[in-house]
Amino acid sequence: MLRYFVSKLLISVVLLLGVLTLAFFMLRMTGDPVALMMSRDASPEEMEAFRELMGFNRPVSVQFLDFLSKAAVGNFGNSLHYGMPALPLVMERLPATVQLAVIGLLMAILIGVPLGLTGGLNPGSPLDSLGRFWGLLGQSVPSFWLALLLILVFAVRLRWFPSFGADQAKSVVLPAFVLSLAVSSQILRMTRSTVLEVRGEDFVRTARSKGLNQATIYLKHILRNVAIPLVSVIGVQFGYMLGGSIYIETIFAWPGMGQLLSQAIGWRDFPLVQALAIFTSVVVLALNLATDLAYALLDPRIRYGK
Amino acid sequence: MASKTFSPKADNRLEVKTTFKDRLAFLARLLWRDKGGTIGLIMFFIVVFAAVFAPVITARDPLDQDLINSKMPPAWEEDGSWEQPFGTDSLGRDMFSRILYGARVSLTVGFFGVLIAATLGLVIGAIAGYFGGRVDSLIMGPINLILAMPYLLFVVFIAAILGRSLLNVILIFGITDSPIFARVARGEVLRIRESAYVESAISAGARSGRVIFDHIIPNLIGPLITLATFEMSAMIFYEAGLGFLGLSVPPDVPSWGNMLAEGRKYLVNDHWLTTFPGLAIMFTSMGMNLAGDWLRDVLDPRLRRSRK
Repeated sequence: MLRYFVSKLLISVVLLLGVLTLAFFMLRMTGDPVALMMSRDASPEEMEAFRELMGFNRPVSVQFLDFLSKAAVGNFGNSLHYGMPALPLVMERLPATVQLAVIGLLMAILIGVPLGLTGGLNPGSPLDSLGRFWGLLGQSVPSFWLALLLILVFAVRLRWFPSFGADQAKSVVLPAFVLSLAVSSQILRMTRSTVLEVRGEDFVRTARSKGLNQATIYLKHILRNVAIPLVSVIGVQFGYMLGGSIYIETIFAWPGMGQLLSQAIGWRDFPLVQALAIFTSVVVLALNLATDLAYALLDPRIRYGK
Repeated sequence: MASKTFSPKADNRLEVKTTFKDRLAFLARLLWRDKGGTIGLIMFFIVVFAAVFAPVITARDPLDQDLINSKMPPAWEEDGSWEQPFGTDSLGRDMFSRILYGARVSLTVGFFGVLIAATLGLVIGAIAGYFGGRVDSLIMGPINLILAMPYLLFVVFIAAILGRSLLNVILIFGITDSPIFARVARGEVLRIRESAYVESAISAGARSGRVIFDHIIPNLIGPLITLATFEMSAMIFYEAGLGFLGLSVPPDVPSWGNMLAEGRKYLVNDHWLTTFPGLAIMFTSMGMNLAGDWLRDVLDPRLRRSRK
């Protein structure tokens, strides 16, 4: 178990180094990061001064080592727009994004798991058709469009929920629902197919033939097997929600990292964009690690495997 | 060395020849039985038709401005007219025509993006899977790194750096999406290499070239086509999302994402500026997902999609 954990941890550290490297070179992809960050009518003198200030005039290898050593102590440079360190600005936005993602994930589980279970246990039933239709909708409705539609119907016409901001308790309902739709569809499809698969397994037949009642079979044999892939899907999807709420946070003016990202792009504040990309990756990597651990706890085959 | 009569290739060829028509008929029967797949394929062909024949279907130029008739509602609403069934946008451009031409942008990005991603991914993944060992870990390390990162965020990051152009968008999707194809291709190659028929081909004296072209590549095509359908649908989605953020094709190009970004400003009073592009994206995506589900069932029941 410890060995499993250590090897997963090492992989995460290597991945983190990879993320830092990619983020560093992406900023220099066009050749001149100065032209990227300054307005078009900046004078050559201003450009030079900025280049000097940001240290872009040094050799790339020196810049890279400098970047890595600063990143090691949590320094990702200054935001151009705010003129202050980027990392605290990003972390300030983390709670709002996490709050949105957690509520969205809960909604997705509450919709996806029951529909997936009933669909998998009674394929072809009306509830199953509803579930399959929901799964299809979740795959094909663009979240940024759904957000606009819901604002139009529930905020502008019916006035049930506020159209933007996070100052009321019910503000979270619309953005969290939009965020949950695609994920609920993933969870639903996964649950349904796992139940279908497990239902026909030998151990379920054995359980049934030795006279166990239906409830015990469902709880002990089917649900437990659904839980394993469910945990991994939830881990992946939670990471997706943290990095993918950019449209939803922008449309609903939700004060999280996604909104900050689209603002930072508008300001051409690339140090801030870079810090956001790195920080989100770190959170996602940590989440993947936690998922792997949960997986090992749930499934003895992984714990005792190679 | 195996004699000619025992060559597995000869037998194989013979069989394919006699059953090709049967197999097509079999596929058609499978398609007809799966109503979702039939509907999906029809939906997809409607979009392709709209994109190809846009100038024939409508005489109106998607870029022609007519400020006097701006923000005209769709035909079935008050003040609408069947002359311009989907109404006009804030500059008086015909929405119906813009939706049709928008299909061109979406399908171009989806098709070429997937073509690049699949080609790159196939080559990389096949090399990793075929040679295995150190080559495999050298290639799959970076691939797994990219797959572990928050995808959308990095696509947005790169798009913001490179700037708005159709070529940039295609390249961004083509390159960032190739790791998925690489992973699937690698897994399939590994599986096929270990299979009994490849083993028997090798023991019958088949050279590497024959194994690759006669056994590995034909068996890769099914899973890759399925994956390509889903990935193309995802790319069309992401392209519209980038357009919505103002990071996709230039603002004067009539793409569904750009139209949504524009229409968002007039959401409250002129809903059709967002309704139609949104419906178009949903229609396309739904069609491709239905067709993809069917293809997956038919071509390869084992393939599971890992990421959306």
